Amino acid sequence: MSEPQPSPGTLTAYAQSLGIVFHSVEDGAPVLSFEFSGDVEGRPGHLHGGATSGLLETAGYALLRNELARLERTHRLKPINITVQFLNAGKQRTTYAKARITKLGRRNANISVEAWQDDRDRPIATAIMNILMAEQDSPA
Amino acid sequence: MSASPAKFDPSRAAKFMLKHGHSAKIGLSYHAHGADWVELELPWRDDLVGEVERGILASGPIISLLDMASGLSIWTATGEFIAIATLDLRVDYQRPARKGAALIGHVECYRLTKSAAFVRGFAHDGDPSDTVATMSGTFMSIKQDPRNV
Repeated sequence: MSEPQPSPGTLTAYAQSLGIVFHSVEDGAPVLSFEFSGDVEGRPGHLHGGATSGLLETAGYALLRNELARLERTHRLKPINITVQFLNAGKQRTTYAKARITKLGRRNANISVEAWQDDRDRPIATAIMNILMAEQDSPA
Repeated sequence: MSASPAKFDPSRAAKFMLKHGHSAKIGLSYHAHGADWVELELPWRDDLVGEVERGILASGPIISLLDMASGLSIWTATGEFIAIATLDLRVDYQRPARKGAALIGHVECYRLTKSAAFVRGFAHDGDPSDTVATMSGTFMSIKQDPRNV
């Protein structure tokens, strides 16, 4: 059994500049990751909260895009808001993130995302995102 | 009375703090500050874009901008550099930033308790009354807990 693997080309320029890659697919949801480097470092030796947020958010969009493609729906996605909870300091390790769609409506989606390092059961951060799914060429 | 250490000055601290790591990667720079607020600038750059066709900045760098300005506003309000950890951060996006325009992130630390700091702020691309995003966040002092340092 093979699940469709999204291509790296679908990641934003910003995500690619942080070194975010598709790691695997789990239960139909893409698992994204990045390696620790100076580009994502905040306090010396630790992940920057903004970089962690960027990974969480990218994982949320990746899942939503996949799901909309599967449903043959085309939308322009626009962020409405994101709330990030920082649970543990990110260390000099690989960081992973995976999202779950809590609600997929006609115009908006509510998505929860988790980021972890070595221990899957000890997430370093979680996020809730609301995303507007606009008509392809509408102004808002 | 012993000599107190110099009061935290964000315009000076930003010079070295923003030269390293993620802040340097996305090109953050100091813009302005007051007694309890700090403004940083995020440049518009190709590698920070989330939607290439329209040249719209990704929202990730906006979170980083506001997160860094939060930390600096807390140190500015307390007058000293203390170890802090972000507990949570919420960003509401009002509209995309204009293509090519730098973003200013303005964050004030409006309340300090013994162990927590509360911040709120916004990002704009020229007109502070026409915000691109608004934010609020909570930070914890971690100087009491060596496990987290």
